[in-house]
Amino acid sequence: MEQRIYLDHAATTYTKPEVLEEMLPYFTEMYGNPSSVHSFGRETRKALDLARDRVARAINADSNDIYFTGSGTESDNWAIKGVALANREKGNHIITSSIEHHAVMHTCGKLEREGFAVTYLPVDKYGLVDPELVREAITDKTILISIMTANNEIGTIQPIKEIGIIAQGRNIIFHTDAVQAIGSIPVDVNEMNVDLLSISAHKFYGPKGVGALYMRKGVKAQQMIHGGAQEKNRRAGTENLPAIVGLGKAIELAVTDMPARNTRIQSLRDRLIEGIMSNVDNTLLNGHPTRRLPGNVNFSFEFIEGESLLLSLDIKGIAGSSGSACTSGSLDPSHVLLAIGLPHETAHGSLRLTLGDQNTEEEVDYVLEVLPQVVQRLREMSPLFNQQEGGKTYV
Amino acid sequence: MYSDKVMDHFTNPRNVGEIENPDGVGEVGNPRCGDIMKVYIKVEDEIIVDVKFKTFGCGAAIATSSISTELIKGKTVDEALEVTNKSVAEALGGLPPVKMHCSVLAEDAIKNAIKDYRAKNPAKSSI
Repeated sequence: MEQRIYLDHAATTYTKPEVLEEMLPYFTEMYGNPSSVHSFGRETRKALDLARDRVARAINADSNDIYFTGSGTESDNWAIKGVALANREKGNHIITSSIEHHAVMHTCGKLEREGFAVTYLPVDKYGLVDPELVREAITDKTILISIMTANNEIGTIQPIKEIGIIAQGRNIIFHTDAVQAIGSIPVDVNEMNVDLLSISAHKFYGPKGVGALYMRKGVKAQQMIHGGAQEKNRRAGTENLPAIVGLGKAIELAVTDMPARNTRIQSLRDRLIEGIMSNVDNTLLNGHPTRRLPGNVNFSFEFIEGESLLLSLDIKGIAGSSGSACTSGSLDPSHVLLAIGLPHETAHGSLRLTLGDQNTEEEVDYVLEVLPQVVQRLREMSPLFNQQEGGKTYV
Repeated sequence: MYSDKVMDHFTNPRNVGEIENPDGVGEVGNPRCGDIMKVYIKVEDEIIVDVKFKTFGCGAAIATSSISTELIKGKTVDEALEVTNKSVAEALGGLPPVKMHCSVLAEDAIKNAIKDYRAKNPAKSSI
């Protein structure tokens, strides 16, 4: 294996050198606690404020409404549990979709076990939530709507603005998990009419282990982590300053470079989709044909299983991911692929390839050469693949 | 997460294919679960002279299918019945705990193929 091709940017990205460069002094030279009164503390407090301003600017928010967290998952947990628990006297109903990230799904599940009622809205075959269904699901007990901006598996971009208008009209708090969206599509909390928005740095060339939650002024949410007075008394714990500095730099770069970067990534995406769809029979493109993240490709190859596909590609130096059960750690394939209506056996044969800013046309062409061979080899081993029938039917 | 032996059998699986007019066929698993193994055996004088498999499944499912065909080829039917999921996993240098069910499938596929052979050849049955 000579070359390695990374096509799993939705899982995580590398940290950009210029991001790392800004982070480094905060490990060794500027290590003061931002809560301290002395000069060591003051210089890191300044860095904390700058990072907060950068996040705010990137999503057109007020700096006072940005809170740093340990991850996108923590942001989702805080938004959902925090709002639910703080607004319990108003009602116990939450509306979300059936294709949310586990950070939202499992948090809602926990709340259900504690007496909340959760509506998981269906999606269409492209993974889109119909805003009208959101409107219809609202009851006088609804206290929170949480719909992701863009899906991590199939890349479908939701009509957040329309859902936001509905939420606003009924005075219901609206949260969106924008973890996959930042740096990939424009995100503007006012344009989108959202009250809470989750961010994770390592999805846009920042470091792992740091996230942020946008929480509009006036939103009532319970505190999740108790202790010191950090983050305006709402999220305790000494700030992970190097990581927060990295998040600030990364989000600034992600938003500034967005148009040029995404034009390039999207053309690679379309080359990959076009090349595979026209060369491999019995293949589905999962997600929306146009309303999808610029770097997201998700196929289902009939008659084969995703993990063996990933292993085969890995041997050839190509890193992707799959929604098959064997890669999810459970017996069922991805809930997202089932929600868009795929039968189990087709969902098991899914492959997600997510492009990033370092991928090249040569790499895409290499995938276009290798992937059809790998699929063919696994199909020849599969009892589901009937060669006599030209592979058109299950045997 | 997989041993070299598993990766070897996944990359170069032995005895892939089908047997025309087999003496026994065993199929286990279902596509919903993401695992199907189909094992074909050819038996002459109670000896498994040929065995082939086709598998839809993960890396471990393909590797356990492959190694189990090696374990029973050339053996008597009775010897083949002694292959267990444990011996399949051991022959592969171990499997991750979440993949042990693949070795169970391999054992069941062999047993089903032999059962099918016995059902078609009751006179030859020795058990």
